[in-house]
Amino acid sequence: MKDTRLLTVWCPDWPVVAACTAAGTALHVPVAVVDGNEIVSTSAVARKEGIRRAMRRRAAEAMCPELVTFEHDPQRDARFFEPVAEAVEELAPGIEVVQPGLVAVPARGPVGYFGSVEQAAERIVDHVATRAGAEAQVGVADSLFAATRAAHRNVVVPPGRTAEFLRPLGVHELDAPDLVDLLRRLGLKTLGAFADVPENAVASRFGGPATRQHRLARGLPERPLDKRRPAPELAVTETFDDPVERIDSAAFAAKILSERLHENLAARSLACTRLGIHARTENGEELQRVWRAAEPLTPRGIADRVRWQLDGWLTRERLTSGIRTLTLEPVEVVDGTALQLGLWGHDDERAVRALLHVQGLLGPDGVLTGVLDGGRGPQEQVRLVPWGDERVPARNPDHPWPGRLTRAPATLADDPAELKDENGGEVGVTGRLELTAQPKKLTVKGKTREITAWAGPWPVDERWWAPDRHRAARIQVQTNDQAFLLIRRDQRWFLEGVYD
Amino acid sequence: MSRSATASLAALGVNPASELTSTTTDHATGRVLPVRGELAGLLPWGGLRRGSTVSVGGSTSLLLALLAGATADGCWAAVVGLPQVGVLAAAELGVAVQRLALVPRPGSDPGPVIAALLDGIDLVAVACPLPPSLARRLTARARQRRAVLIVVGSWPSADVELTAESVSWNALDDGAETLRRQQIAVRSGGRGSAGRPKNVVLTFGEEEIELPLVAGEPVRSDEPADAGPGRAGQLATRRAEAVERLVKLAHKGPTA
Repeated sequence: MKDTRLLTVWCPDWPVVAACTAAGTALHVPVAVVDGNEIVSTSAVARKEGIRRAMRRRAAEAMCPELVTFEHDPQRDARFFEPVAEAVEELAPGIEVVQPGLVAVPARGPVGYFGSVEQAAERIVDHVATRAGAEAQVGVADSLFAATRAAHRNVVVPPGRTAEFLRPLGVHELDAPDLVDLLRRLGLKTLGAFADVPENAVASRFGGPATRQHRLARGLPERPLDKRRPAPELAVTETFDDPVERIDSAAFAAKILSERLHENLAARSLACTRLGIHARTENGEELQRVWRAAEPLTPRGIADRVRWQLDGWLTRERLTSGIRTLTLEPVEVVDGTALQLGLWGHDDERAVRALLHVQGLLGPDGVLTGVLDGGRGPQEQVRLVPWGDERVPARNPDHPWPGRLTRAPATLADDPAELKDENGGEVGVTGRLELTAQPKKLTVKGKTREITAWAGPWPVDERWWAPDRHRAARIQVQTNDQAFLLIRRDQRWFLEGVYD
Repeated sequence: MSRSATASLAALGVNPASELTSTTTDHATGRVLPVRGELAGLLPWGGLRRGSTVSVGGSTSLLLALLAGATADGCWAAVVGLPQVGVLAAAELGVAVQRLALVPRPGSDPGPVIAALLDGIDLVAVACPLPPSLARRLTARARQRRAVLIVVGSWPSADVELTAESVSWNALDDGAETLRRQQIAVRSGGRGSAGRPKNVVLTFGEEEIELPLVAGEPVRSDEPADAGPGRAGQLATRRAEAVERLVKLAHKGPTA
């Protein structure tokens, strides 16, 4: 039988460690990493205060007011994990990064070299601490799932006893919240109880994804051992005319190349579960890393890993030059039908591919998408970001924004305008926010229109505490057949939009 | 024309004019993309039929409103060559902006860009001038890819033409009102059953009635807040009147 024993190196609370390293925060204060409103990772000190994963941020802050929170950032996690991965690799070649914070390596190599599992584990933990300054735990078992749980508990599971090790653990160890919830309601509280349900009953009662979880609970490898060795022509390579040195160009390269790899695989109904990333710099340095995924990778999953890896190499290593050639190689592939449960539905994937195609023609800034943002004016309430970037509002749109308009103009503009009263005198706005005269004539780009009615002025008094404060006012004006939005800045009027 | 000839033409993406009328199954099977209720009456199929070309003129709001129903239903839309489009206005008209892609500057040769979009995006709105030969090719591409091509301005072979004759808003009241309700008078025409000209007045914004923003009152002023009684009193009365009007409107509900 093929030796499937795996050794995993796990860094506890990695998102917290990475965030603290990035921010220079000491680890003895309670720290939590939040994704949106939910706690995703906590430090040991925070756990002592009762903070747990999946807790609402507000509840956690109420429980522990001095809690320091950081936003979840997978890219930061990956960037700071690269030195840890390297440290493990120095002792145990052939490592595979499962996710930032977790590395797997076939146990045979290091165990044979260091004489025993315990010796290997000790040396690896020491080496990670001295080289990367990170705390790590080691676990060994027959499957990745079990080895990861073993690392959480810092134990070595003897060969053939993986199922026994998993039996008493709770079903919440499975990373499938809906299934866990269902199993609990059925009274199956431990992995052992779930494993005792016959496989065909699981398949007919809960469907395909649950079968995979059932395999995990029984201590079997993630996938049946009919893994195909992929044909070498599936790999995709890109040579850059301008060597990639910056993160943003790396991210774009990652996206395009991932898309090509995915197309290659999809044409053969395959999906990738282990991804090899090779890079060669202009000066001939060779870099290589394998990422292993529990689930077949979606195009976005591939792109994320490539981006994380490039970020790690570009920021953490002292490269003497930019990356010249990048190759993605599917190291292990499985049947691609599983991918239909991916992040994007079928139609969405078509749309995503079309937009990527256009970005390939025009550059990443050629396709934009609007993120609704907090603010008052029609321009500041929308932030345009290159398509594919994260859609995160910079300012909370749900906050009250006094002076926000009821309707936004369908066409935006930024042209100097003149606003005159009936005698031809310029109309201004007083400190009390009143118009100095009734506006009668609007002139924009040499064209003058008669004003029939107006509304406002509304204050735009932003950042009044700052020295560069921005004081302005808006009015809406109507002519016979059109409506306009005007703004007064620095004693001058500008056309801000047309309500067409 | 023989049946087989019709069938082979259909395979090429050419449909008989009779297909331009709608059947209820078209909506259920996704051959017609949904639009906002007000617009359904303007379009011969009660929505945007996949593969068709629609030209829109005279109003950006009308263009954005056309995208609203479908994007809210999960479809994707792209707007090409309109750098000054107001995304916030689009959101207010009901467009799901997370599925709205903007290609503000498609470059000197927009053909490949628009063709690539038609391959995967359900609704592609184009606002850059194109030579007639390219326009015809794109119309054919849209038909073949079952996308809806929406063009701003005239187009040689549009199935439906929508022209905004006028865009008007509720009258502003010198300080006490704000723009709130938009009315667009639209004339529709086109080929097949869309050929009968129709005139419809669309009203947007009637349903979202909020209390008016308090105009004329600075959020924070460096000056003492003792504005003269004359104008302040006047404004207060006007504001009270406006609120009353709105409350009445709200009770009456949106007018059809």
